[in-house]
Amino acid sequence: MANILLSDAEKTFILHGVEEDFRCDGRTRRDYRPMELETGIVSHASGSARLRLANTDILVGIKTEIDVPSPYNIDKGKIEFFIDCSANATPEFEGRGGEELAQEISDTLAKSYQSGQAFDLRKLCILPGQQCWKLYVDILILECGGNLFDAVSLAVKAALFNTKIPRVTAALMDGGNVDLSLSDDPYDCNRIEINQIPILVTVCKIGDSCVVDPSAEEEQCSAASVVVGVSQRDNKSFLTNIHMCGVGSFHQETLESSVELGLSAAEKLDEELLIALKLEEERFGKYGKKEIFGFLR
Amino acid sequence: MANQDLLSDQGLRLDGRRAHELRRIRCKLGVFSQPDGSAYLEQGNTKVLAAVYGPHQAPGKKSNHSEVIVNCQYSMAVFSTGERKNRPRGDRKSQEMTIHLQQTLRAAIKTELYPRSQIDVFIEVLQADGGNYCASVNAATLALIDAGICLKEYVCACTASLANGNVPLMDVSHLEEVSGGATLSVASLPSSNKIAFMEMSQRFHLDHLPKVLDHALQGCQQIMSILDKAVREHLALVGSASDWGNIAK
Repeated sequence: MANILLSDAEKTFILHGVEEDFRCDGRTRRDYRPMELETGIVSHASGSARLRLANTDILVGIKTEIDVPSPYNIDKGKIEFFIDCSANATPEFEGRGGEELAQEISDTLAKSYQSGQAFDLRKLCILPGQQCWKLYVDILILECGGNLFDAVSLAVKAALFNTKIPRVTAALMDGGNVDLSLSDDPYDCNRIEINQIPILVTVCKIGDSCVVDPSAEEEQCSAASVVVGVSQRDNKSFLTNIHMCGVGSFHQETLESSVELGLSAAEKLDEELLIALKLEEERFGKYGKKEIFGFLR
Repeated sequence: MANQDLLSDQGLRLDGRRAHELRRIRCKLGVFSQPDGSAYLEQGNTKVLAAVYGPHQAPGKKSNHSEVIVNCQYSMAVFSTGERKNRPRGDRKSQEMTIHLQQTLRAAIKTELYPRSQIDVFIEVLQADGGNYCASVNAATLALIDAGICLKEYVCACTASLANGNVPLMDVSHLEEVSGGATLSVASLPSSNKIAFMEMSQRFHLDHLPKVLDHALQGCQQIMSILDKAVREHLALVGSASDWGNIAK
């Protein structure tokens, strides 16, 4: 990721800070950095969100398209994740430089959305075997300040919340043709149920302890981290996937405790995100006309 | 759509502007902290982010001992257009845009001041609604200023087109671009009235060229004063802690 050059002394300082449960920016090991969230800022997209987690800046745009369901899942819609690491974040991403990282994040995200209980693709089906919605979730990484996985998953969840899918009714006509009719009212839309949508939490192992929400500097000091995908259902948290990244290794006990830490952090994070989205929705009003701050603030 | 529809009898365009009016320009310098310079600019519904890294040491084989290398990359977010794009960069159009940007910016940067160095300018179009090249140039200028790179002067770009066969239009939007006639994109150095780059998309009669060009240049002038105001405001804000604010006023 973003190459930050740290000397041994700086690394030791960070390491000691983590050991004492008092990190460089004053946080404890379980604290997140402040976030800013705004939805509905890209007018060409069906849904969008911008999330800024300290220095990490993520813009998500969701576009919808009508497609034919795959023959193996005739009653399911489709969702596709695409991540673009903009060269604005670091010159290393120029050309095809960011593709590896982008692939890693989008694969992890796709895996966590795979379960039918985390994200129900059946709701995206219009007419089984004939027509379904395809969601293109396009993620743009504009600045890297550490903890990309968490920021991306939160921004995607917020963008899905903001997504409005036009209400269509389908009828099968003679000869297997499908007749789709679109509602006349542009505000007549379906929303996506987001309560169970998973979020990712990165737990980073620095020295012998684990922290959540590592900054870019802290990521440099860590050899291994584990990303857990967590979905909420009936007030309980469920793991949807676990992904390990980095070159180091975890002891079994450490891994178990980090997954536990990830789960509890995700629970809190999810709760806060839903509160923030509800506030944003109120600011929106019914017809979505409001002042957009975007990057001007 | 016929060419006639671009301008109504009352002299109003499709989006309610008059023929000689620019779209609303809003901009901000220093949006990000990691790049050496960054800027965000929206011109109507076209929204662009620019980031500048450098000047830093140029890689060995590219290094030029007499002047700086200006390295650009133009990319568009896949959700920026009405129809989803398949890839953000690397297609013909973006590569062409990259070359044009490079050409324009080299005309404005004092290249001789930074030998053996390289300046990276990265442009990201978040939303495209016509005049992408112009918005990119304007945003890049602001980002270069934010990075503290020596420029000869502001470099501003503006488009112009022709409606009803004889009325020049300033700063055309996407709808006017696709439904109207030729579009002339001009990047100029407005203070010295020089043209750094010019491109015309279709044919039109030579007789019309002077007045269309004139409109585009006027647009550049107006954009320059908007950018200049933004730069002054930004510097007054940034420097207010050290009391620069009073001097800049």
